[in-house]
Amino acid sequence: MTPGDVGAAQGMPVIELHGVKKIYQMGTNKVFALNGIDLAVAAGEFLAIMGASGSGKSTLMNVIGCLDVPSEGSYVLDGTRVNGLNRNALADLRNQKIGFVFQGFNLLARTSALENVELPLLYDRNRRWHDTKALAREALTKVGLGERLEHQPSELSGGQQQRVAIARALVTQPTLLLADEPTGNLDSRMSIDVMSIFQALNDQGITVVLVTHELDVAQYARRIVEVKDGRLRSDHPVGARHNAVDDLRVLDAANPEPQEGVA
Amino acid sequence: MTQKTLLKLAWQSIVKNKMRTLLTMLGIVIGVGAVIVMVAVGQGAQSQIEAQISSLGTNLIVITPGSTAAGGVSQGAGTFNRLTVDDAIKLKDQATTLTGVSPVINARAVVVGPQGNWRTSINGVSTDYFTIRNWAPTSGDLFVDADLKSGRKIALIGATVARNLFPDIDPVGAEIRIGQVPFTVVGLMAPKGQNAGGQDQDDVVLMPYTTAQTRLSGNVRIGQILASTFSPGDIPAAQQEITDIMREAHRLGDNPDDFTVRNQSEIAAAATSTTSVMSGLLAAIASVSLIVGGIGIMNIMLVSVTERTREIGIRMAIGARGSDVLVQFLVESIVMSLIGGIIGLLAGYGGSLLLGSLTGWHTVVPMSAVFLAVGFSGAVGVFFGFYPARKAAGMNPIEALRYE
Repeated sequence: MTPGDVGAAQGMPVIELHGVKKIYQMGTNKVFALNGIDLAVAAGEFLAIMGASGSGKSTLMNVIGCLDVPSEGSYVLDGTRVNGLNRNALADLRNQKIGFVFQGFNLLARTSALENVELPLLYDRNRRWHDTKALAREALTKVGLGERLEHQPSELSGGQQQRVAIARALVTQPTLLLADEPTGNLDSRMSIDVMSIFQALNDQGITVVLVTHELDVAQYARRIVEVKDGRLRSDHPVGARHNAVDDLRVLDAANPEPQEGVA
Repeated sequence: MTQKTLLKLAWQSIVKNKMRTLLTMLGIVIGVGAVIVMVAVGQGAQSQIEAQISSLGTNLIVITPGSTAAGGVSQGAGTFNRLTVDDAIKLKDQATTLTGVSPVINARAVVVGPQGNWRTSINGVSTDYFTIRNWAPTSGDLFVDADLKSGRKIALIGATVARNLFPDIDPVGAEIRIGQVPFTVVGLMAPKGQNAGGQDQDDVVLMPYTTAQTRLSGNVRIGQILASTFSPGDIPAAQQEITDIMREAHRLGDNPDDFTVRNQSEIAAAATSTTSVMSGLLAAIASVSLIVGGIGIMNIMLVSVTERTREIGIRMAIGARGSDVLVQFLVESIVMSLIGGIIGLLAGYGGSLLLGSLTGWHTVVPMSAVFLAVGFSGAVGVFFGFYPARKAAGMNPIEALRYE
């Protein structure tokens, strides 16, 4: 798996938003969920989008994730102009370019980890993938779940479920890994654990966009933008970037409990 | 998505919810099962009647006096309104398409045997009668042309008559009395059972028609002439030939026929039309339950779509098109109703066998009903699965993902 090859890396913008507005009509009122967003994310970046609830960060994530289209402005994802695409084209774009990781894991219940991870490969229009089972197995091994291929979500811990979700996001070799509050349902140790995976993936060159309202979590990114009232308020690199692997080591040293199934 | 993966996805969610799947299929199982049982009963009744009619004889043509169409219309002077033995002899001599012709002289009389007496039907027939009706004795012998010429007082008895007159002893060679006339029993006919009208065909005494004409007192008339052809294909030509010869013999001129020529398939058609109406009615009632089963599928699929809103959202987020979701749900409902249809088919087949053995009814599951049931249940799956599937496909992924 080599997304974000060195050649395609630094400088080439993966995400380009210009004057993006999202307007909802609530009765006679117009609500500006997004009110003029300009944002560029280069390949290989690790961006955290922060904001309180109601700030518009979820809407921004939906737009970036091609689940929604902007009312005004333009959005170019990895060279593809997203505005004006129909439902099917958006679905194909999500399948080919974006890997989602959600707060609630969003795995299919009563479906094995392997089948969950295999699913996005099956929806590929261009039939790019052949041995989908092997690819899914490879992705699960990569997130440290090579031993739990046949486990169903209910048989896995929260951290492990999120790892399955990350494997599912990775398996299509997307241009962009889009994580929406990925640690929201996890305790602090598991949160750091998940962040360590994101950091490791980012170190391999994968572009990661993380939506969160926790500053602790955002500290693992390289760059933070804050959203408020549908606009970007600040955009700055992370000064003292945390290293999740180090934090884990510190945590485990202070709290020598038996580790929960982490490879 | 390949068809294989589509089927796999649908199959996964079918087996994942066994109870739901089972309950959904139950409606179709009962619907298809009911249709199969009803059709089996109807078809069974029909084929039983057909078997009874073919037991009348092979390639049979029946000539009866008068015709319903001519009933009430006065016949012109000089015409005959009854069949005669001469008619039968003329047909036998002149017709080229017939293999056998036999008059049937009919009377009812009390027959007295050594162990009791029995009122039964006496039929005077020719030697052709046995080939026309495809009927042989189980013991003893048929009479021959010489017996016919000499008018011997011999009789062949049916199984019912034998049971009543000779409960304990072999009737062949025994003596019976019809009226005051003694007859020798020369043979016992094989049992034929009831005919299409429910009449016992074994409740009969057969003798040469010459004997019947001379020896039996009372109302002796020739009720019908039976004839047969080489093959079923000859029947239309034979009917025409019979009509020509009969009109000539009766010197009918411009008058309408004073006889009726019917073949076996016409008799069969008349007898089966009632049962086919009945079996059609039964199948129609049963198919109502199939529709109810289909509505059951739609109901469950709608619930299932709502219940799986989040799943639909996930699938869409990772790149499923609306059409992928539509096809998945459609395939699910088709697979469920097809499996339901096949189980219903087996249940219906088993049910009709059971019903047959419990009631003694003859049941037949025709191949057409099998295809119809399976095809119809597939169609039910498409028809009632489409609306829920379209609902699923039209969902907004953002809202579907947020659904709790």
